[in-house]
Amino acid sequence: MSTTETTAAVELSTVTKRFDDVVAVDSIDLEIADGEFFAMLGPSGCGKTTTLRMIAGLEFPTEGSLKIFGEEVGTLPPNKRPVNTVFQNYALFPHMNVIQNVGFGLKMQGVSKSEIATRANEAIELVQLGALTKRKPNQLSGGQQQRVALARALVNKPKVLLLDEPLGALDLKLRQEMQGELKSLQRELGVSFVFVTHDQEEALTMSDRIAVMHAGKLLQVGSAEELYDRPVNRFVADFIGQTNLVDATVSDDSTIVLANGTKINAPNPHPAGTKVAMSLRPESITIGEPDEIPDEFVPTSLRGQVTNVTYLGHSHVYTVSVDWMPLEVRTNATPTSVVYEPGSQVAIWWDRRSDWVVPDEGYGT
Amino acid sequence: MTALATPEFEKANEKNKRRQGVLLALPAYLYLVLFFAVPLGIVVVYSFATRTSTGATELSGWNLDSYGRLGDEVVRTILFRSLWLAILTTAICFVVAYPFSYFLATRKPLTRNLMLVGVLIPFWSNFLVRNYAWRVLLGNDGPVSQLTEAVGLGETRILFTPVAVVLGLVYGFLPFMILPMYAAIERMDWSLIEASRDLGATGWQTFRNVTFPLSRPGVTAGSILVFIPSLGAFVTPEILGGGRTTLLGSFIVSQFLTARNWPAGAAVSTVLMIVMLIATISYFRSGGRTL
Repeated sequence: MSTTETTAAVELSTVTKRFDDVVAVDSIDLEIADGEFFAMLGPSGCGKTTTLRMIAGLEFPTEGSLKIFGEEVGTLPPNKRPVNTVFQNYALFPHMNVIQNVGFGLKMQGVSKSEIATRANEAIELVQLGALTKRKPNQLSGGQQQRVALARALVNKPKVLLLDEPLGALDLKLRQEMQGELKSLQRELGVSFVFVTHDQEEALTMSDRIAVMHAGKLLQVGSAEELYDRPVNRFVADFIGQTNLVDATVSDDSTIVLANGTKINAPNPHPAGTKVAMSLRPESITIGEPDEIPDEFVPTSLRGQVTNVTYLGHSHVYTVSVDWMPLEVRTNATPTSVVYEPGSQVAIWWDRRSDWVVPDEGYGT
Repeated sequence: MTALATPEFEKANEKNKRRQGVLLALPAYLYLVLFFAVPLGIVVVYSFATRTSTGATELSGWNLDSYGRLGDEVVRTILFRSLWLAILTTAICFVVAYPFSYFLATRKPLTRNLMLVGVLIPFWSNFLVRNYAWRVLLGNDGPVSQLTEAVGLGETRILFTPVAVVLGLVYGFLPFMILPMYAAIERMDWSLIEASRDLGATGWQTFRNVTFPLSRPGVTAGSILVFIPSLGAFVTPEILGGGRTTLLGSFIVSQFLTARNWPAGAAVSTVLMIVMLIATISYFRSGGRTL
């Protein structure tokens, strides 16, 4: 195409999916760029898998438009779309061996036998499964089945690869290994990967951009850093990483009042009186003696009592009670660091750029 | 020495368990040996015996004469006719039952169960009675004939023809085809069909390459369950065929009761059993687990 504007690999506009009277996906707008590693993240039942299945053609949208490289595919059957899927349980054909599984797509396209053999072997090479081509799926381990599923999808040279919780069934170590491999595979092929997961850590480590979904709605799309540092609402703040969420009310554009009456310096765009939550990451809080708060941090500080302390080797995790509100504080543990015992009176403070005010919403209605 | 005592104890324990198992299975063993294996053995033994001129069976002078008679023109015709009708019955049952089983397996559980009960309803009444009902249905002035006459096709004369026999056999054995095929399709992983479509297969390609191969154990099981009783059927050919088209079942009966040639009847029975045994073995060989 001669246009300077690049076409999105996948483009959803106001896509809604209803099953009987249940709204699984609620009017989603989303663009996934070509060559992007894109994750759809959310708790189970949030609509992420349904969205993926609509892109694959395994479900049709009830409303809205769905384009793949500019072409409307809303109600095209899966075999007419330039996408392939790695299924959650792999869905390998039990009556075919590895090479037959991998060559299936090409065979259906009527590709010649010799070309099927070459390309299937290339794909098997790509996922490092060389010696197992004659095995049946039930003779393979979970990790090997996963690789076959990957090869079976990639051999068709899809323009977009869809992955439905592909690592969910693997144990932790294998999962971490596969995360790295998937990432480098995606870079090597330059094809968009759309990845569905409920594991926020997995999404953060692997993806260029992440879409957070909840109750059928798309809450936020952004890079890992954007989601972590600038969540749009309480749900996203809570779902991505660990955070302290403190109920507060907006006083003016740079001040909020916590539930216990303390004023905190926190720039925010909300009108006065709005119910908000302040998100404060445990690692961005400093803990110290009640009388040693540095002057510049006084507007962003609280006083409380240590109720619990856990030693994790590299860090200490404190629970500090500010009146009735428990806050988690994480400090690096060094041989010289002072350890506060439970019961100690302490002060906690943070840089004013570390707190983030989010509207008290996002959990659906 | 305690180190030695452990394996010995385990050995004794295992032996005990085995003995217990044998005890539990003993009544079944006894029953099967007495009332199943022994009569079967008698049939096989008789097939090698000699028929005296009075029609009695002489248990001496063992020979293969009865098996030789299977090559006779008459017997061969009956054998092939039976085989042909059994194959036809099985094929028709398959064609009718496959789409239905697929339909059944894809319904909601409630609909599914209701329809399964529907499939089994015929078993609530006697097989013989149902065959007589078919006789009424197919008779020269029965409902079928009246219908064809009403639409101007003239009266139908199906009763006492091989067509009537096949119709009756299909009716009688259809549930045996439906049930195992339904079970095979029902336990299939539907994501495999989605995967096939996702990989570019059309609906028909998916059926040929994925759905059908995966339901094959059910198809084989159903085919055997229909083919075997069709091959040896006696009641339906007698009642709906009017005894005019002799099949193996009728032939065996006539050898024992009318012709009083027990060795001949026994030989045909033995051959039938061998055919069935081969069919069953090939089923298990092809990967089927249970019938």
